[in-house]
Amino acid sequence: MSTVLSFLTRRRGRNGFDLTDWLTWLYLLAAVLLMFGPVFWLALSSFKTESALQEYPPTLLPLAPVMATVEGYEEPLPLFRVTGGEHEGKVLAQVRRIGLNAQMVDPAAPGERVNVNINDRVPEREFTLALENYTTLFERFNFLLYFWNSVFITVIATIITVLFNSMAAFALSKYRFRGRTLVFILIIATLMIPPTINLVPIFLVVSELGLVNSPWGVIWPAVATPTGVFLLRQYMLTIPDDLLDAARMDHASEWRVYWRIVLPLSAPALAVLVIFSVMWRWNEFLWPLIVLNRSEEFTLQLALNSFQGDLQTAWAPLLAMTVLTLLPITLVFAVLQKYITAGIAQSGVK
Amino acid sequence: MFAPVTTAAAFVYRGAFELFERPMLALQKMTGAQRIAWVFLFPNLLIFSAFTFLPIILNFFYATTGSDRILLSERPYVGAENFASLLACENYLDPNSCGRDIFWRAVHNTGWFVVLQVGFMILFSLVTALVLNRDIPFRGFFRSVFFYPVLLSPVVVALIWKWILQRYGVLNATLEGWQLPVVNWLVEADWAFFWIVFVSIWAHMGFYTLILLAGLQAIPSDVYEAAEMDGASKWRVFSKITMPLLMPTMVVVIVLSLIRAVQAFDEIFVLTGGGPGSATLLVLQFIYETGFAFRPQLFGLAAAASLLMAGVLLVLTLMQLAATRKQAEG
Repeated sequence: MSTVLSFLTRRRGRNGFDLTDWLTWLYLLAAVLLMFGPVFWLALSSFKTESALQEYPPTLLPLAPVMATVEGYEEPLPLFRVTGGEHEGKVLAQVRRIGLNAQMVDPAAPGERVNVNINDRVPEREFTLALENYTTLFERFNFLLYFWNSVFITVIATIITVLFNSMAAFALSKYRFRGRTLVFILIIATLMIPPTINLVPIFLVVSELGLVNSPWGVIWPAVATPTGVFLLRQYMLTIPDDLLDAARMDHASEWRVYWRIVLPLSAPALAVLVIFSVMWRWNEFLWPLIVLNRSEEFTLQLALNSFQGDLQTAWAPLLAMTVLTLLPITLVFAVLQKYITAGIAQSGVK
Repeated sequence: MFAPVTTAAAFVYRGAFELFERPMLALQKMTGAQRIAWVFLFPNLLIFSAFTFLPIILNFFYATTGSDRILLSERPYVGAENFASLLACENYLDPNSCGRDIFWRAVHNTGWFVVLQVGFMILFSLVTALVLNRDIPFRGFFRSVFFYPVLLSPVVVALIWKWILQRYGVLNATLEGWQLPVVNWLVEADWAFFWIVFVSIWAHMGFYTLILLAGLQAIPSDVYEAAEMDGASKWRVFSKITMPLLMPTMVVVIVLSLIRAVQAFDEIFVLTGGGPGSATLLVLQFIYETGFAFRPQLFGLAAAASLLMAGVLLVLTLMQLAATRKQAEG
């Protein structure tokens, strides 16, 4: 609160807020709306029933008709508020519609049926979360399979990435051997060769290895990231060599030096690489799109894409699935945002 | 709640150590303490060779051979035919006069996309970074606001906006509420193009804002204090101090975003599929469709188009190298 107070009382001009303060605040407010608004709207919409999603203009909150069980009727009946005619002001339950008239009953006195013009009534609605959008994902849309495929690729690829990249970084930062500079330059040079320009030949390699339609066809091509090697090498250079030599004096093997000394000391850089790798793999789209053609192998991203491409897009489950797909990344971001932004600002990679 | 997880992780960590300890020790005895570096390098280099170095060379073989076979031994040599077919054009400014008019439409679209997306994104990122660099409360929060979309997957980004922009979406409902004309945003060619630029700026500007902000914060404050003592106007401070000192960061950001924009694909593919017609078709989508989505799969043509794109990227990368070197010297 004190920051707000100091902000409100601080002044650049002589008299209160000056123009730039107003503009700054206006800009930030608009930005919050523009950056968060769409995601928020998606999340709200994902709790609406399919019929509420068809509604135009849409309501802000997910609303559903209020239903009432009326004595003498097996199914629950929708409630309406009557806005005109002789029953104006009453809340009645609709039994059925016949042409322009609706047969309605008073839930308190179910014996007597009355006729109301359909233009003289508006549905009674209340805030209801259509959780069935989410449950049907598990029952009818194989969500767990796609989720598992995505998690498998993300976790395995990240473990291999961290292992391979840290081993290479260790070799490049802690040993003097002939060809070291050449190897380092070669690895850094691949930063300039994005996989997008090698799609066809990478596909050949993957298909020769029999990895088409296999999660490994997505995992292997991506694990040797030059970014990771570079990031870790720069960090490991700051670890003093004396520490390693002391361990070697005690007859530690090189593997032990790497695993027991260098890796734990590189934890901050490893954490940055883990975050990046999770982000890359979870969000990856083009390469899985090429390698994974069978729907049993689809990742969440591919499943979302194939559902939205259907002629009859069923928006309700699609929106729910989109929310579940962005949820893990959002949670990770909410918890780690300070480290993520710092990591990116320092290394300049994404 | 985390205790069992950390215990399990520690167990796996120790287990992995012991698993590799003996074989690595045996290797160390064979290689000696220095050359074991190659053993550490080996897995990474193997992957690099298979999926980066080898494909670079193979790409040239594909670009100079024809047919829809993936195995190189089954592909007849056609020389520069693929390139000739892509580049056959009476007038490069008019895609209709080209043999592969779709490719040239994609090139034109990508050109416009790169100019508009990078131009406006850098502008907005710079303004945002300047705003966030001011002494405002909740700065961390606002920084996250801009950064959050960067983490979202392209498919999610596209679906978020598709839901808003559809004919009976919330944007048209709002416009109608204000008595403004409604538009079928993703069906009208010019609007569809506007929205792919807009959405891709929305999704990526947070990243560049962050880098520019770091650049701004690296400018020493005593420079500003000195300017204030001399009574320099705000505009003068901005144009004579902030901009020149931010220029190195700016150049890196511009080149980086150019490289990304040339390869734009994901969000746009999901949002518009390149349509209506080929109004939002970009080069990478052309490559993807030529090589993988359409039948017959014209791998040679796709590889040739990739190499042309690689040429553009190479020029941009060399520009970046020159810029960073200049930055390091300056």
